[in-house]
Amino acid sequence: MQTITRDMLCDKAKSLLADGSVSRVLGWKRGEFSYDVTPAVFYSAEEIDKDFVYDAFCGANFSKYLVKETKKGDGKILVFMKPCDTYSFNQLLTEHRFDREKVYVIGISCDGMSDIRIIKDIAGDGVTGAERDGDNLIVHTLYDGDKIVPYADTLPERCVNCKSKKCAAFDEFIGEECEVTSSKRFEEVEKIEAMSEDERFAFWRGELSRCIRCNACRNVCPACTCEKCVFDNPASGVQNKAISDSFEEKMFHIIRAFHVAGRCTDCGECSRVCPERIPLHLLNRKFIYDIDRFYGDYAAGAEEGSRAPLVDYTQGDIEPSQAVEGGTFNA
Amino acid sequence: MRKCSLDALDSLFAAMSGAYSVYLPVDGDGHDKHASYKKWSEGVKYSNALNTVRSAKDFFFPQSENLMEFKVDGKNIEIIDTREESEDFIVFGVRACDAKSFEVLDNVFLLPPADSYYKSRREHGVIMSMACTRPAETCFCSTFDIDAADPAGDVQCYIEDNEIYFDAKTEKGEKALETIISLTEECGSEKVDAQKEVTHERMKKLPLANLSTEKFGGDKTNTYFNSEKWKELSQSCIGCGTCTFVCPTCQCYDIKEFDTGHGVKRFRCWDSCMYSDFTLMSAGQPRLTQLERFRQRFMHKLVYYPANNDGLFSCVGCGRCVASCPISMNIVKVMKALGEEEGK
Amino acid sequence: MIEKNEPLMPSLGVVTDIRCDTPDVKTFRVVTPDGKKPFIHKPGQCAMLSVPGVGEALFSITSSPTKEEYMEFSIKKCGCVTDWLHAMEVGQMITIRGPYGNGFPVDDAFVGKNLICIAGGIGLAPLHSVINYVRHYRDRYGKLEIVYGSRSMQDLVDYEEITSEWEKEEGTQVYLTIDREQPEWDGHVGFVPNYVKELGFKPDDDTIVIMCGPPVMIKFTLAGLNELGFKPTQVYTTMELRMKCGIGKCGRCNIGSKYVCKDGPVFRFDQLDALPDEY
Repeated sequence: MQTITRDMLCDKAKSLLADGSVSRVLGWKRGEFSYDVTPAVFYSAEEIDKDFVYDAFCGANFSKYLVKETKKGDGKILVFMKPCDTYSFNQLLTEHRFDREKVYVIGISCDGMSDIRIIKDIAGDGVTGAERDGDNLIVHTLYDGDKIVPYADTLPERCVNCKSKKCAAFDEFIGEECEVTSSKRFEEVEKIEAMSEDERFAFWRGELSRCIRCNACRNVCPACTCEKCVFDNPASGVQNKAISDSFEEKMFHIIRAFHVAGRCTDCGECSRVCPERIPLHLLNRKFIYDIDRFYGDYAAGAEEGSRAPLVDYTQGDIEPSQAVEGGTFNA
Repeated sequence: MRKCSLDALDSLFAAMSGAYSVYLPVDGDGHDKHASYKKWSEGVKYSNALNTVRSAKDFFFPQSENLMEFKVDGKNIEIIDTREESEDFIVFGVRACDAKSFEVLDNVFLLPPADSYYKSRREHGVIMSMACTRPAETCFCSTFDIDAADPAGDVQCYIEDNEIYFDAKTEKGEKALETIISLTEECGSEKVDAQKEVTHERMKKLPLANLSTEKFGGDKTNTYFNSEKWKELSQSCIGCGTCTFVCPTCQCYDIKEFDTGHGVKRFRCWDSCMYSDFTLMSAGQPRLTQLERFRQRFMHKLVYYPANNDGLFSCVGCGRCVASCPISMNIVKVMKALGEEEGK
Repeated sequence: MIEKNEPLMPSLGVVTDIRCDTPDVKTFRVVTPDGKKPFIHKPGQCAMLSVPGVGEALFSITSSPTKEEYMEFSIKKCGCVTDWLHAMEVGQMITIRGPYGNGFPVDDAFVGKNLICIAGGIGLAPLHSVINYVRHYRDRYGKLEIVYGSRSMQDLVDYEEITSEWEKEEGTQVYLTIDREQPEWDGHVGFVPNYVKELGFKPDDDTIVIMCGPPVMIKFTLAGLNELGFKPTQVYTTMELRMKCGIGKCGRCNIGSKYVCKDGPVFRFDQLDALPDEY
């Protein structure tokens, strides 16, 4: 696959700024180390030359920022989107969360974004930087010099089991157009489904017991764009910032999974940002898999304006009694 | 100073466990490989990992705790004081940054009127700190005059050359060391001193070693409050509470109630100034956007807290926020950006 | 041993009287279960009241410290806790803890001064305590002038006490105003800030202004006082921000490095001017 470079994106951004096609650029800003890039809005070629980065650590999904950013200022905002991001983009458009006309999308091909936490699992603490070298990542460390790690080993699960390399929305495309991948992502769900009820409960209790209720998963989630979340609303009766009993945390995540069912695109941002590395995306993926099995394959965000099975009635819809019979789940 | 072979570590924990509950960092299994504090029991292995995901503040200021209960019967109310004396416990393996954070928390919780929940745990908790030898790239404790090689605590511990050294610094620490006196032997400090020197050299070479607090302090409210930089720094903040919850010095809390059906539990839980409802009142909201909330967090750490605490900063440079922030925005970037501004 | 004293642990109170002041303000009289005043306080200080299961909220103590039998709170209905308080009946138990905050300097900076109290709506509640304290120790202070305004005649809190007691006392002058004309009202009509300017108070060095009311009233009255020649060091107000602990620990009621619950709620305007504009 053709590798997208920083220069390619910078040149594109600068020329679109120069000819007035866009007034600002949503991109990644250089940090202290190579891995701590921050989403930022760039207004000029100078700012782009100085701080714009594009490397193996630009995993953040920008689609949700468009809800806020399109409401600011005049003209269009340029946004670079990896294939998986474009699904969230379409889904947000389907839900009328922002004005498509205010955005200029450049789709970029992607072969996975590294996860610094996995790199540190491999290389240990003290990673000062890392750069891509073909199929490898050269990892600079404080105490052990440079370490060469296969790039594929540094990818998070969402990239290992990439759902699609096809950009579902763009005005322009850079890189090599690819197709929806035949992902093994549902095998992760099947593994959990194969557990006994007790094992499954123990698995999720173990994972969710680490939750610190920081709300990062919710706040980063492109499907969570309610103006006021029910969990933040004092009048809802369920506003809570912490556990009042040990089951509370589980309820938060389960309720959130229900709220985004049928709209979650499996972008994996929830798991990327979780400080406790809880594999939250697997809860959502379970719903996606169920929907596929009950209603036929459906990918939220694959097309703008598509009607999700859960909000669309057809005569062929599965009956509740078929899905759950005598309390037993029939997938 | 006393020492023993590192191979005997488990028997040391077993001996301590006779009189104390012993908590120590343990490597994660499953999805999260990061270390977290667990209670020692046979088979639980100490991890020499640098930082736990959550800080050691949890031992004194837990994420959620019951304050009291009420029984309500018609117009009558009964207040039930559910407080209990804390057990005696040892927190083993606390790094210098977290060890310093207790001083920052003490200034809030022990300042009269003292918080009795916190105070009881502080009185019963023994801090056995562990000197760092390989600080990470995200570490900047030296910015706040903390010596990673010489941590605060009731007992300082060092691991060098497959041996573990103990140096009691307080009466409480000496008492705790009595539980392992027969397993350890008296020794000199030569090896530990040599280790400190090596670590000090390493500290100087850390990428964030030059970060300075020089431009911050209690008198800087007007210098930074209206800085243009806040807009840019906060623009992509998603308003989650990760930084505040992994932070060893963040101590804001909320008090909430829960109707159990048999009565009402009033509990305290961590709260975050990053949350939109933190200052929300029926009469209005003084911090309307994320910019104000973001600014509050950093102004508190770098200006307001020092103003009220003789110049002590409310950051210990542990680097957890640097590692955990979903958008990689953190106090290091804020200090650098604001410092630049002031330099102009 | 666990400390006996815990600042977050409340005591019980019993509501022995409920007075309907205005359509949305009620005054509650609170004593301990054995019939005593819950604790000693200074004018301007606050207490945390709660109804378990509903929540806790901070209120300024309306009654003067000189009332030795009970404590009173004038409370406007405007949220969960206040809705519940307004619905309760005499004999209801509540929980109470306090006193919190600094209070007005009635025993030092105010001594020997002429006092001008300016209040709008429920803003009279904290000033009520000061006014009755001053009336009790009348010879310690100079002139007492009170400017009080509300939306309508029905919205004037403590109207009966004002007209039957305050207005009748020598050395005390009361100026009432309502926002709009009303058939049964023959007093002044107009907003508080304008009335203050019309009254043209003299900014003598031995005069102190104490102000409490909605933010917009504070803002324009302050501008008016400024025009009249008053200095920020002569003007006091009392602030309200969201609070949970009342003791400067929960971390949410700060303006810059000052906590409203602990360092306030009473601030002089020169002190407020030194703080960031975030309230």
